[in-house]
Amino acid sequence: MQELIWLLPTLPLLGFLSLALTGGSLPKRAVAAIGAGSIGAAFIVAALIAVEFLGSGEEVFVYQTWVWMSVGSFTPGITFYLDGLSLVMMLIITGVGFLIHLYSTGFMFDDPSYSRFFSYMNLFVAAMLMLVLADNLVLLYLGWEGVGLCSYLLIGFWYENPANGYAARKAFVVTRVGDTSMAIGLFLLFRELGTLNIQELMVAAQSEWQIGTEMAVACSLLLLGGAVGKSAQLPLQTWLPDAMAGPTPISALIHAATMVTAGVYLIARTHVLFELAPWVQMLVAWIGLATLLMAGFTALTQHDIKRILAYSTISQIGYMFLGLGVGAWSASVFHLMTHAFFKALLFLAAGTVIYSLHHEHDIFKMGGKRKQLPIAFWSFLIGSLALAAFPFTSGYFSKDEILLAAYASGGSGVWLWVGGVFGAFLTGAYSFRLVFVVFFGASRGHHDEKEKTGFAMATPLLVLMLLSLVGGWIQIPVESVFSHGAAHEEHRVSALIHGIMIVVPLLGIAVSYLFFVSGALSAEKLMSYKFAKFLHRFWFSGWYMDALYQRVLVNPFVWLARLNRNDFFDALYNSVIIISRSAHGLIVKSQTGYLGWYLLSMAAGLIVVLAVGVYL
Amino acid sequence: METIPTEHGLILAGILFVLGLIGVLTRRNIVFVLMSLEIMLNASGLAFIVAAARFGHAEGHIMFLMILTLAAAEVAVGLGLIIQMYRKFNTVDISVLSEMKG
Repeated sequence: MQELIWLLPTLPLLGFLSLALTGGSLPKRAVAAIGAGSIGAAFIVAALIAVEFLGSGEEVFVYQTWVWMSVGSFTPGITFYLDGLSLVMMLIITGVGFLIHLYSTGFMFDDPSYSRFFSYMNLFVAAMLMLVLADNLVLLYLGWEGVGLCSYLLIGFWYENPANGYAARKAFVVTRVGDTSMAIGLFLLFRELGTLNIQELMVAAQSEWQIGTEMAVACSLLLLGGAVGKSAQLPLQTWLPDAMAGPTPISALIHAATMVTAGVYLIARTHVLFELAPWVQMLVAWIGLATLLMAGFTALTQHDIKRILAYSTISQIGYMFLGLGVGAWSASVFHLMTHAFFKALLFLAAGTVIYSLHHEHDIFKMGGKRKQLPIAFWSFLIGSLALAAFPFTSGYFSKDEILLAAYASGGSGVWLWVGGVFGAFLTGAYSFRLVFVVFFGASRGHHDEKEKTGFAMATPLLVLMLLSLVGGWIQIPVESVFSHGAAHEEHRVSALIHGIMIVVPLLGIAVSYLFFVSGALSAEKLMSYKFAKFLHRFWFSGWYMDALYQRVLVNPFVWLARLNRNDFFDALYNSVIIISRSAHGLIVKSQTGYLGWYLLSMAAGLIVVLAVGVYL
Repeated sequence: METIPTEHGLILAGILFVLGLIGVLTRRNIVFVLMSLEIMLNASGLAFIVAAARFGHAEGHIMFLMILTLAAAEVAVGLGLIIQMYRKFNTVDISVLSEMKG
């Protein structure tokens, strides 16, 4: 059964090919069957593989299909590497991916480009599976770029609106900064260690590099650059909120559950490198902390239901980075999984709200929708509880593990813990602000709309609700990947610490309640203070990061481009054109069309040739 | 037997050739241009005959026969073209026509 692992990327790829090559000529039911069916089949295969892999008790399974290219000693293969980490990722991608595909069959049904949508989605899943199953960094990079391409295509899915095209280009260009850094990292690794096979690379790095070697620092920094770009962390986070221009299932699948967590996966996969560069690993933690706080504050002020969720995604990935930075590898992957459950749930529920309310995005034009949209309400409630780490929901276990690891890591870990706990307060506040504003209070518009959910849209919500509630009890089999033989250490901390971590998110929820339900505190009153107003504007704009990049990077670039409008190197090639064109103009003049002129020139030529022949 | 010196024959051929060339260059009526071309062809034919007589070879005679055939074919095609030209442009003056100007 495990030998069928090659089917995993192949099935979605076949789905993509059959949808792309028929070019939208299939009936919608057939498109839905192919699009969702191929992912469903991949999930069944993945589940069967998982059962056998876990049953076999082996730690690693490698399956080589063929050698991709062979250049000297460099022979990366299309080889699939299965261990606990890629097993978890593969199940998340196919499982959550299938639920989102199923949801999309209902959500996108009225869209004229139904078939195009599913072909992109299938291609995405194929590329993402390639990314997590790759046994060498080259194949991983192929998947990495593949998901980037699909993200671009799907953000700009409704390309008739130029703003969507702009958002797509922004996402592509910003992540490209990270991708370039990662590519350079790969070159450097290959030059230094002579291989790009991940496992060989880790062994070679451990044996050849001391802890804190310059090379280890450089390589891990470059890989971190790639991860930061893909996972929308500071300072490359600006593309993700704009990426919400795509259809909502895309936001759920690509920009919440799977692709944006690829950076976390990359760091977890190459964690040996980061352990060799403690300084960089610490940087990962601080980037995570800065991002989660920044995104948390920003999420507090947004009006657009999807932008709130986008910032919350950035913030939660910040937690994962924080976990990676303090060496809590398995806790980060665990949070990745639970986050995939509850964030997919939240996005899909947001999709239901938007779909039912005629594409309304502004939460302040909703209100009191509890009765009107019951399934969306329960989804949001459960998803937000899990997001805010309410005790015994899935998010509670994973976030707890990360924060405890930060606390136990010593040194500046306490500060990371304090920041993380404050972030949890923000999480509680912004997630329940969303719930309270949309579903409680008085209705502020869209009074009569009914919830539009069919079987296809309700089922994934129910399954994800269940997973968000109980997902915390799942044991992920990643210990053998990260432990290097060392026993897993239990974090023993006082009940006080535990208590703080339970109470703080509840405090956030309570503050939200006071503001938006009971009315004991009023946002309007707060806004009358000048400082609060400034702070609101500052956070609302995403800490002016977009404006900053516009000034510092985009404008100078545009200016330079304008300066060099007639590109210097183009001028070189254009001169060839100009010369031949003017020569042509000269010769054309001799083409008079008069027979006598031609005859005369012939005779003259003859005389010249004869004269030359006679006299020389 | 008194023979005509070779030089005389060649000079006559040269004069005929230049006369023909001048006719081709100066005439504007295309029928006369064609006639001048015939004179040029015959001038070269004469040069071949003279050379053949001088060296006692048969190739010159054969060459002249070929030129004769060529001239006949050329006249047939040329006159056909001239008739077409007259029908189309209603003139036989070559200086009027410049359709092929570049």
